[in-house]
Amino acid sequence: MASKVIHAIYNDDDVLLLAVKQVREARYHIGEIYTPFPVHGLDKAMGLAPTRLAITSFLYGVVGLVVSILMMNFIMIEDWPQDIGGKPSFSFLQNMPAFVPIMFELTVFFAAHLMVITFYMRSKLWPFKAAENPDVRTTDDKFLMEVDAADLNVDDLSDFLYKTGASEIKIIDNK
Amino acid sequence: MYTLSSKLKLTAIIFVIVGAIGLVIGFLQAPSDLDDVREMLAAEEHHAEPAESTMVEADFAKAEHDMLLEDEAATHGEKGAASHDDEHLEHTLHQLQNKPWAAVYVAAFFFFMISLGVLAFYAVQYAAQAGWSPVLFRVMEAITAYLVPGGIILFVLLVLSGMHVNHLFIWMDPEVVAEDAIIRNKSSYLNVPFFLIRAAIYLGGWFIFRHFLVRNSRRLDEASDNHYFKKNFKLAAGFLVFFIVSESMMSWDWIMSLDPHWFSTLFGWYVFASLFVSGITVIALISIYLKSRGYLPFVNNSHIHDLAKFMFGISIFWTYLWFSQFMLIWYSNIPEEVVYFISRIENYSLPFFGMVALNFIFPLLMLMNSDYKRVNWFVVLTGIVILVGHYLNVFVMIMPATVGESWFIGLPEISAVLLFAGLFIFVVFRALTKAPLLAKRNPFIKESEHFHY
Repeated sequence: MASKVIHAIYNDDDVLLLAVKQVREARYHIGEIYTPFPVHGLDKAMGLAPTRLAITSFLYGVVGLVVSILMMNFIMIEDWPQDIGGKPSFSFLQNMPAFVPIMFELTVFFAAHLMVITFYMRSKLWPFKAAENPDVRTTDDKFLMEVDAADLNVDDLSDFLYKTGASEIKIIDNK
Repeated sequence: MYTLSSKLKLTAIIFVIVGAIGLVIGFLQAPSDLDDVREMLAAEEHHAEPAESTMVEADFAKAEHDMLLEDEAATHGEKGAASHDDEHLEHTLHQLQNKPWAAVYVAAFFFFMISLGVLAFYAVQYAAQAGWSPVLFRVMEAITAYLVPGGIILFVLLVLSGMHVNHLFIWMDPEVVAEDAIIRNKSSYLNVPFFLIRAAIYLGGWFIFRHFLVRNSRRLDEASDNHYFKKNFKLAAGFLVFFIVSESMMSWDWIMSLDPHWFSTLFGWYVFASLFVSGITVIALISIYLKSRGYLPFVNNSHIHDLAKFMFGISIFWTYLWFSQFMLIWYSNIPEEVVYFISRIENYSLPFFGMVALNFIFPLLMLMNSDYKRVNWFVVLTGIVILVGHYLNVFVMIMPATVGESWFIGLPEISAVLLFAGLFIFVVFRALTKAPLLAKRNPFIKESEHFHY
């Protein structure tokens, strides 16, 4: 964590988005932004790298598909073949249509759950984790932008942030 | 304003002419009596290998099929073995005589369903008061222009069937009905006059809704308030109600009744998914084409992205219905239902399973990535594959009942596609010249122009 940061609080997501663009244009460094809800386009405005969560989700889905195929093959064909509805379980391929719903569900199950778990781990969120947001109002209706102010003139920076529409500015000095 | 380039016009006309010539040859080549069929079959036997490979795939359908063959043998048993050969030849003769007609019918329906799908999509935009799409309205309106000529051609084909010029619909044949109790029981619904009256109602309804929707959209351009937009909102909602009922019945009448013994309760949805995704794909293709020619400067890659999302989503929706219809019938294995899929898997296994690759796996993998949905050539490539796949879908819905195992994608089929593709291009792009490409007075046009994902 940077030793000295400024917390600027905004009341509106559109004002925040505009402010983010101005702050970045002025070459200040935004450490983090806390918002009560996901603000559309904020990641692009902040210049964050695109998420790779979708790729992991695809890979998890493939894993789920493979698991379901192996599982159904073992359960229904190898381990305990049965004759259900006049369709004896001699080969996976011939009985495959009956397994498609399971294959689909497990693909979705793996993709969704593992993606969420990955997201939690990537965001360093787990049960009993203490909240990191510096101001509880960011869980209600305020937007908080954390700007690095380590070697900068704090007055200039706060003036600038006021002009971008911040309603409240706080200097946090962690020495 | 868009002007129809002479190059495109020429391409369309060449398509129509080449297609028409090919079709005429296709009709002339159809056998006229049993001797012709005998000759054709003899010529084919020289280079036709028995289709062992398809049998392996269709193994699980084999048992049922054998049962059916026994049934058939039992009913034909009294006629004796000598006449059986001739009967088979006559059967093949009818199939081959149907082949060019069926080819025309498949292509005519395919291009008609594109414009019908676009009309439904267009109405959805109005009814939902969508903010992203108004910049594409003129493209959609132009594609629906094909609805009228395409619908009239289809109606003429149906009238010709009703007059026994061709034998696509076996329930129209009084001799068949006389011997068939199942069709006889349905004859209060499946009879030629009522069939044509229903077709006229569907087509008439769609034409009228299309006419007023487009007229209001044009008048809105010059209006000073949103009166015509509100009118179109109500009209579109009314259309969607009429459409989903009439489209379902249309699919029973025009496609499902080709197999008059068989029925599927989700058939209307299945056809709807096919026509919806084909229509959206054509909107994307034509928008990308026009943009590449410098028209539609207000269409950005977010609009293409959204269309690609629809292509992706409705492709999956189609597959869902395709599989739902298949799996229930396959699993329950009731003879009168399962014949539908046996005839398809045994004789049409390549197009039947191939279209799942084209309509599902290909768009799924190509359009899954968010970034690929805004790369034009990705969308175009996937769009062409989707259109081929849905042509095959219509093919596999119509051909088994009309030409049976004598199918082949040859001269008449390709010519019919060329003919109707030419007509479609000509009508659609000429309709594009009729109005400014931006629906400038639409209340959502600003939002649509600034739309970005």
